[in-house]
Amino acid sequence: MKLLDRDGVRADTFSRATPGDRDLHDRPIVPLESLETQLSSREKRHVGVEVSNVASVEQLAPHFDDLALIAIVFPAYSDGRGFTLARRLRNAGFRGVLRAVGPLIADQFAHALACGFDEIEAPDAIAERQPYEQWRRAGASISLPYQQGYSRANSIFEQRRLARRGECNA
Amino acid sequence: MYKYDRFDAHFVRERVAQFRDQVERRLEGSLTEDEFKPLRLQNGLYLQLHAYMLRIAVPYGVLSAVQLRQLALIADRYDRGYGHFTTRQNLQFNWPKLVDVPEILDLLADVDMHCIQTSGNCIRNVTADQFAGVAGDEIEDPRPVAELIRQWSSHHPEFSFLPRKFKVAVSGAAHDRALLKAHDLAIRIVRNEAGEAGYEVLVGGGLGRTPMIGKVVRDFLPKGELLPYLEAVMRVYNAEGRRDNKYKARIKILVHEIGVEAFQARVEAELRAIEPISPVDETAELARIAEAFDTIDYARLAPRSERFEAARARDARFAAWAQTSIFTHRVDGYAAVTVSLKPVGGVPGDMTSEQMRLFADLAERFSLGEIRVTHAQNLVLPHVRLDDLHALWLELADAELATDNVGLITDIIACPGLDYCALATARSIPIAQAISMRFGDAVRQAEIGPLQIKISGCINACGHHHVGHIGILGLEKRGQESYQITLGGDATENAAIGELLGPGVTAQEVPDAIERIVDHYLARRLADEPFIDAVRRLGVDEFRAAFLGTQDEAA
Ligand code: HEM
Ligand code: SF4
Repeated sequence: MKLLDRDGVRADTFSRATPGDRDLHDRPIVPLESLETQLSSREKRHVGVEVSNVASVEQLAPHFDDLALIAIVFPAYSDGRGFTLARRLRNAGFRGVLRAVGPLIADQFAHALACGFDEIEAPDAIAERQPYEQWRRAGASISLPYQQGYSRANSIFEQRRLARRGECNA
Repeated sequence: MYKYDRFDAHFVRERVAQFRDQVERRLEGSLTEDEFKPLRLQNGLYLQLHAYMLRIAVPYGVLSAVQLRQLALIADRYDRGYGHFTTRQNLQFNWPKLVDVPEILDLLADVDMHCIQTSGNCIRNVTADQFAGVAGDEIEDPRPVAELIRQWSSHHPEFSFLPRKFKVAVSGAAHDRALLKAHDLAIRIVRNEAGEAGYEVLVGGGLGRTPMIGKVVRDFLPKGELLPYLEAVMRVYNAEGRRDNKYKARIKILVHEIGVEAFQARVEAELRAIEPISPVDETAELARIAEAFDTIDYARLAPRSERFEAARARDARFAAWAQTSIFTHRVDGYAAVTVSLKPVGGVPGDMTSEQMRLFADLAERFSLGEIRVTHAQNLVLPHVRLDDLHALWLELADAELATDNVGLITDIIACPGLDYCALATARSIPIAQAISMRFGDAVRQAEIGPLQIKISGCINACGHHHVGHIGILGLEKRGQESYQITLGGDATENAAIGELLGPGVTAQEVPDAIERIVDHYLARRLADEPFIDAVRRLGVDEFRAAFLGTQDEAA
């Protein structure tokens, strides 16, 4: 697995902890089932949780303040549910790190970032076939999207609004 | 017509560069064929039986003469000199090469066109009433809303990997000419009791394997609130639409399984969760777009044209053509003219590059440079002066584009079927041609009156057979083509799914079977009673007996 974000490939400071795991994980990613026990026994704000793309906001919202990271699993690149879950978590106020886990492809980098993900944990096979340069390029291929409120980038609708108000000097 | 501003133009160019990069990465192996597939589909590139097929978006069916000329150029340079207009108001080229596609896209971008989302599991090209902005029964022109949705849905970060395709249609008229109820989502511009215009939203229609009629989920959505509402609908569908079985993945199945009320409740809940941090100023955007459609400078003309009346009285062929082809324009002295792409015995919806160029010239001379594509695979010249109709007709006739069968029995919708399509179980085009030959006589067609035949070459229903007055579905039975015939479908505001008449018939038997149904209608109709009304009055059973050739016993 390789971890990619806006700045490049980086080392993962989190590690997977399974239930009953006795190793000391500094920053564990735990399954949803064991989240409550993990949160009570550890220093909060260092714990991440991994959920499937059908998890609900209601299950996670009570823990938002304690969670450093939520990892959402994409079973296949063609399954877009993870994008909606990420968006719902951001709408509901989650401010920690959002990670997409699974066989996403470089061409979905922009989608993932816009929906609120910070990083992608991609299988080695894909990361090798598609070096980071491809992710960077694909991620930047549309410099100004239409949709508003999706990414940090400005939107076309917003640019037009500014132009209407005479505030645009672009 | 809408013209791209610098943002639209820049976006489409970037989309072309993005696709060029994707093709290169496919060719050098960074993308596997599996990974490339959704990317090429979202750009309208299918793999058919013999070659790639490229589907070009004609958003809401509005096309300019300049654009049509560019399509002719592409047909000549990169294809085999013709294109095919589809039931989704798009144009398909059947023979492009993968490596040429980026260049084709650049040529399209030169004239404000693209192939974005004409295929794939995403929000597809938006369709609309072909008489938008022209029809007298219109509350409001639906094109600005359609254009807003085109923009909003383009390269959507959240809704590009949906469970299945998602088709949207828009109309602003009292009569439904856009097949609203057969769409995943449809928007009808309506007025509330206070007289304000807003949107009625329908969800869950669709054809294919399990045809369903769309249901109202919001009877009045105030203007200015459309995009958040669409976002909520799409989010519920993306999260909950079935992904275990692609035949159950359309939104119609979700709505059917959980019920409209439950679906409505989820959408409303989602809507409350959407934080309108910086909502799009829809009203201002719609006004900006509407301005582009409002630039037409109509002449002040009398409602009645003596020249047209005289020509009609003098020339029976012209009168017959005028009878079927003319749609009343909301502006006095003008007409919208539907031009049939169904010559008797021809391929429905096909047009050669030569015809395209000629048609583009006619559009400039007679229709303020504007053209529309209809879901019935015909073209429209939307703004023709009544005074010019006869001159136009003469020129159309020279180009073999004056077939006087619009809305009649030989104005057949047919999907590409086994002649092109990899999913086909039977041929559709030759069936359409055979029926067209059988009923080709102009007098006989006129005598029969309005009758819609729609043919699909497999259960996917691209030819809308479910909603044909007579529907024909080509299947394969033990290595043989077998055609199921349905009756009583309706593609208007009275949308209905046709009923099966009996066991399938062979390709050769289709024209006879249709003839038995038509003869029964002619024998039983009341004066001036159209086919579909007679079917409703008499019931399908009576026609079933005629179809089976057993009406004597049944009577
Ligand atoms: C390569 C050729 C084509 C392929 C592979 C194809 C594939 C499909 C499939 C699989 C469906 C069923 C979708 C579902 O139920 O989920 C469908 C439906 C449809 N397609 Fe096509 N199609 C092709 C060409 C066309 C053409 C040429 C047209 C227009 C003439 C068209 C218009 C439609 C329409 C109107 C529907 C029905 C709408 C609905 O299902 O709600 N398609 N197509
Ligand atoms: S109905 Fe079937 S045969 Fe016809 S175009 Fe669609 S998928 Fe192909």
